[in-house]
Amino acid sequence: MNREAAISLLIAAGLLAAPLLGNAFDEPFVITLATKVAILGLAGTGLNIALGYGGMVSLGHAAFFGLGGYVAGILASHALNYEPLFTAPLLVEGTTQMLIIWPVAIVVSGVAALVIGALSLRTTGVFFIMITLAFAQMVYYFAISWPAYGGEDGLSIYIRSEFPGLNTLNPLHFFAICYVLLILAIGFSFLLSQSRFGLALGGARQNAQRLATVGISPFRVKLTAFVISGMMAGLAGALYADLNRFVSPSMLSWHTSGEIMVFVILGGTRRLFGPAAGAALYIVLENTLGDVSEHWLLLLGALLVALVLFARGGVIGILAGQTRHA
Amino acid sequence: MTVSLIVEQLLNGLQFGFMLFLMAAGLTLIFGVMGLINLAHGSFYMIGAFACAAVAAATGSYWVGLAASLAAAAAAGALVEVAVIRRLYRRDHLDQVLATFALILVFSEGTRWVFGSFPLYLTVPDFLSGPVALPGGIDYPLFRFAIILIGLVIAVGLFLLIARTRLGIRIRAGESDREMIAALGVDIRKLYTTVFAIGAALAGLAGALVGTIQSVQVGMGEPVLILAFVVIIIGGLGSIVGALVSAILVGLADTLGRFLLPVAFDTFMDSSTANNVGSALASMLIYILMALVLFLRPTGLFGTRAH
Repeated sequence: MNREAAISLLIAAGLLAAPLLGNAFDEPFVITLATKVAILGLAGTGLNIALGYGGMVSLGHAAFFGLGGYVAGILASHALNYEPLFTAPLLVEGTTQMLIIWPVAIVVSGVAALVIGALSLRTTGVFFIMITLAFAQMVYYFAISWPAYGGEDGLSIYIRSEFPGLNTLNPLHFFAICYVLLILAIGFSFLLSQSRFGLALGGARQNAQRLATVGISPFRVKLTAFVISGMMAGLAGALYADLNRFVSPSMLSWHTSGEIMVFVILGGTRRLFGPAAGAALYIVLENTLGDVSEHWLLLLGALLVALVLFARGGVIGILAGQTRHA
Repeated sequence: MTVSLIVEQLLNGLQFGFMLFLMAAGLTLIFGVMGLINLAHGSFYMIGAFACAAVAAATGSYWVGLAASLAAAAAAGALVEVAVIRRLYRRDHLDQVLATFALILVFSEGTRWVFGSFPLYLTVPDFLSGPVALPGGIDYPLFRFAIILIGLVIAVGLFLLIARTRLGIRIRAGESDREMIAALGVDIRKLYTTVFAIGAALAGLAGALVGTIQSVQVGMGEPVLILAFVVIIIGGLGSIVGALVSAILVGLADTLGRFLLPVAFDTFMDSSTANNVGSALASMLIYILMALVLFLRPTGLFGTRAH
């Protein structure tokens, strides 16, 4: 086992141990924080596929994250009011079943990622960063100005959605769901990176022209990765809405996009457990620096600047050293 | 709907456009010369507004406040360039985005620390308050009219600076070949710091002027920053002419969209739906415009090279 694998195992175990210890010592807040880490780590794992493996610097993943959240919120609110979403051409009713909400969230954010990705991938570099940002802002302003689902005030979810056989209102049970999904997503990323598709994606990142000469369209490879990436972010958004029992346009704001990006880079791009490690570090910092000073964001900002300038490769990069295949 | 209302909205759009230009000019210069994307540019806008509010309150003179906004933003810009930004020129865009995103946190929280979370207000100086009578019997706020004129003067000044002065020649040379002008004995580091400070000062001035008609608060720079990015993407990265044309375009489209779209939808919908659809579409309008421009011309209206 190489060092990165050992560190990954340690992170996975640590994230599992934290809420169990929190439960044993009657600190339910720790469980909530661990759940948040798992969910945001999932969103980051999604972004890592686009940003890390595919080299697509998207500053618009809040769009997919927020859309997933809104899917959960809207379906739950319709279930609560017993008002169907549509009556024609077929009857669609609201639901509080996670097993229905998740696929819907994944499909909705996937379709959004398909449209946004297909348009954005016509550009590269700075233009790509800015156009993904612009699309996310479009969705953000739409959510603010469209009054049907709360507009600027957001939408409350009164009862956390259900999962068969588990009590989702029990924090440990809900954590278990999020943790398993995170591990599955990381496992999926691993398989993806080892597959022929993953190799083609790496090729598209490093030298698109060369990939095209081998007969593989870089555009299609990148777009597929972008859609998968958006889908994961959407699933994370649905979970995040259920965690907070609240969705608002702030989930769609560009600060959210920036934060998801921070998780990935803080942990280490193209590292399987990087986003989870980054999210964990960010949330631990948020909660410890918050005790030091109410202006903890200032400290966090300074720390991030220092990290970008002096510690490239993120947490896992520092601990595990450089990968051989840069 | 009357003609005077439309003229008023047109002028509002123009005023908004010129303020966007002040933001976008700095951004696009910085990108053109140094190849850096600076998310923290909105922080200079905020710093300018706060400096103006604080100094104007302390001295009682709006003009001293305005001068302070230029000085404070330029100083903050130069400081950040020397301390942080300088190390980012050779990095990829991802590192630049992350570091300047972190700088926003530092600046916003620092400003909140010093000035608190409550908004500050600036008063329009006496001889610029009140309306101005335009031909056709239209009354328009004098201060907003002055902003248009200031924007126009600065736009002309900036073009002259770049086209006619030694500094301008160096800036243009830096855009096309930085190694060459360094080899010719121009201190490239000083040039970069100067360009960055000029860009920051323009943003600070825009913040002070807009802060006078709205309010001065933490985070005020971010919506404008994103609009300024839209402007330079539409105009073409690195192009000052492009920034001016597209700033006016975006300013007018945004202002007129918010005003006209609900009215337009009202003609064939019931009025509350029309209002909702119209205002939702209006708030997305410039992003749709940007997507459209990028789709048709991926390097922007005046962009020549792909970065």
